[in-house]
Amino acid sequence: MKKLLLLGDEAIAQAALDAGLSGMYAYPGTPSTEIMEYIQSSKDASDRNIHRGWSANEKTAIEAALGMSYAGKRAMVAMKHVGLNVAADGFINSAMTGVNGGLIVVSADDPSMHSSQNEQDSRFYGKFALVPCFEPSNQQEAYEMIFDAFEASEKYKLPVLFRITTRLAHSRASVQLKEVLPEKKLQLPADLFQFVLLPSIARKKYNALLSSYESLRYENIISKYNSFKDGRKRDIGIIACGIAYNYLMENIDSSIDDFPVLKISAYPFPKDLIKDITDRCNEVLILEEGAPLVEEALRGILDNGIKIYGRLDGTVPRDGELNPAIVAKALGLPVIYGEEVPSLVKMRPPSFCKGCGHADMFNSLIEAVKSYGPGRVFSDIGCYTLAALPPYNAINSCVDMGASVTMAVGAADAGLLPSVAVIGDSTFTHSGMTGLLDAVVKNSSVTIIISDNSTAGMTGGQQSQATGRIEQICEGIGVSREHLKTIIPLRKNHEENIRIMKEEFEYRGVSVIIASRECIQTATKRKRSEASN
Amino acid sequence: MKNDIILSGVGGQGILSIAATIGLAAVANNLFLKQSEVHGMSQRGGDVQSHLRLSDKPVYSDLIPYGRANLIISVEPMESLRYLPWLSKNGWLVTNSTPFINIPDYPPIDEIIKEIKKIKNHIIIDADTIAKEAGSARSGNIVILGAASPFIDMSFVSLENAIRKLFGRKGEAIVEANLKALKAGRDCSGE
Ligand SMILES: Cc1ncc(C[n+]2csc(CCOP(=O)(O)OP(=O)(O)O)c2C)c(N)n1
Ligand code: SF4
Repeated sequence: MKKLLLLGDEAIAQAALDAGLSGMYAYPGTPSTEIMEYIQSSKDASDRNIHRGWSANEKTAIEAALGMSYAGKRAMVAMKHVGLNVAADGFINSAMTGVNGGLIVVSADDPSMHSSQNEQDSRFYGKFALVPCFEPSNQQEAYEMIFDAFEASEKYKLPVLFRITTRLAHSRASVQLKEVLPEKKLQLPADLFQFVLLPSIARKKYNALLSSYESLRYENIISKYNSFKDGRKRDIGIIACGIAYNYLMENIDSSIDDFPVLKISAYPFPKDLIKDITDRCNEVLILEEGAPLVEEALRGILDNGIKIYGRLDGTVPRDGELNPAIVAKALGLPVIYGEEVPSLVKMRPPSFCKGCGHADMFNSLIEAVKSYGPGRVFSDIGCYTLAALPPYNAINSCVDMGASVTMAVGAADAGLLPSVAVIGDSTFTHSGMTGLLDAVVKNSSVTIIISDNSTAGMTGGQQSQATGRIEQICEGIGVSREHLKTIIPLRKNHEENIRIMKEEFEYRGVSVIIASRECIQTATKRKRSEASN
Repeated sequence: MKNDIILSGVGGQGILSIAATIGLAAVANNLFLKQSEVHGMSQRGGDVQSHLRLSDKPVYSDLIPYGRANLIISVEPMESLRYLPWLSKNGWLVTNSTPFINIPDYPPIDEIIKEIKKIKNHIIIDADTIAKEAGSARSGNIVILGAASPFIDMSFVSLENAIRKLFGRKGEAIVEANLKALKAGRDCSGE
């Protein structure tokens, strides 16, 4: 069978294609974006006409995937960890309804926050929703697990959570492919009330869900990813979850350091294997990428069992991603560093590309808002968030997708005038539109600047659902024509743009200014592909 | 055989093409490989690095442990210094001398070069000029790879074949330009 050099993300995508996927749903977000991108560029996916379009946000993505599952086919949805917060309502309730065709929910965590506003461990969502959760340690395992995850999903009629982290998502390795499975046929659920969560039905379903969770621990298709390897040492045993297993194996030479090792890559985790290791050893070290989920479970509140080392006692730092050095130190092994970084080496934070329209928009905004004093520009998540850094220092918030609009509304309610929001086009259709409706309905005094570059730039230039629709959306929501302005953020329009902004700041009602100019990266890519066609 | 290589530069400078070339060669040589990349926020003009690990035995960690890299390949001089804690005592540092200045406090280039020269095994080349002379101004990254190639335990021919495979889709002219760039870099390594 064929071997391919694949990123973890790509291995997941290829596996889904090979395991009979019929629909892929996603909203971009680092480090999950390449899953959808791989499927979109796959010839196989286009020959089979697999559904593979971006969704407006993670909630619409997961619900569409659930719809495909309802119709009996295999579906996958991918998002970054904070996307699962947005999709949580659909996700938790999909555990209640259960699935028909297999449904995999991939959540890509970003410990150390390389490209994120927080650090979350999605495994907690698996436990919260009471569904199986897989956590591959490497690319090959990720590939194989997808087949089992679909099968487990259909066997137990549950959505399956598939948790990866940045290092696996964005690291390439050779992956051996398996035989391709056929897609499922369209087939309605046997029980047409399966997806109707009326309280009377939901109560029964919840009881069934509660009792099934315990039995999942011992189902082979899940438990085969948890393995115990005994060793001669008796003083300490090691529990390593997901990718932490790699850092452990990097550090130990198993012929000398013969530790008993329990590798956990699927949840709910096995009580019997945990007992195997804790009965044999006087102490255990727990290595987890993310939060101390297994560690907390083992310690409990009393923490009066055997001695445990991990993130909670400081053996491993409480936050941030693992690396070989952290694990070496936890094992009491020496770490030999190379030379120190010379002090002349400066930080090189990301910055706007030369000629970016956001930069021109901010140059005008900084001037326009100056006379009112600092602290009144709420912003959001995207390339435009880079305006928080010098020399701009132009925004005062970046919280979660859409929060610029709603926070500006709340601050205006409190009397902060003018109250300005700056939001990107993709972020606007992700979660800004509903906030705008609130503003219109109560006629808040806010000025909302939609910095429209016709793409999701920050994540690499994916299609934006907003493109070509923003004006109509704003009008449809009820923004008045007189206060719906479009400007072109170019240096030559600087004075004119300042004038328009200032005018709208003085208006006591909802204004929307669309600052419209295509992202130069996307424009270059577009022109190149137009030229080659 | 085991090679741990750190690639460094600034987002958009093409370190992923270097990684892809070495990766393809490693696969053709039946080696185990892990190659961790940076995607996302830092690609907007921030510092980027890639960890490349080749071995004839399975590779576990996607990240190279401190002090274990036998080679740093950098397309930007200041960035080459950022990863010194990973470089082993006998490791080589191969870097471009042309600075990429997109921050206001970029240090004077001669001080950077002085720091690089303190590293026992180093090669500093003006990859951009060499690339231009080789007739392929945009292949500075491949010139650097050529200069670093003696320290990678794979034959030069296998790197050439990887270039053919990687750039093949872009046409014969691009392939030839990159092969020339690779050779021009190799010739500066003094090997
Ligand atoms: C809930 C959630 N989903 C996804 C992301 C990842 N993300 C950050 S910025 C961004 C794109 C934003 O695009 P846009 O608003 O058009 O701004 P641009 O980057 O193009 O300036 C995405 C998808 C996130 N931070 N949070
Ligand atoms: S990628 Fe596009 S939107 Fe982002 S900084 Fe560059 S030009 Fe601006």
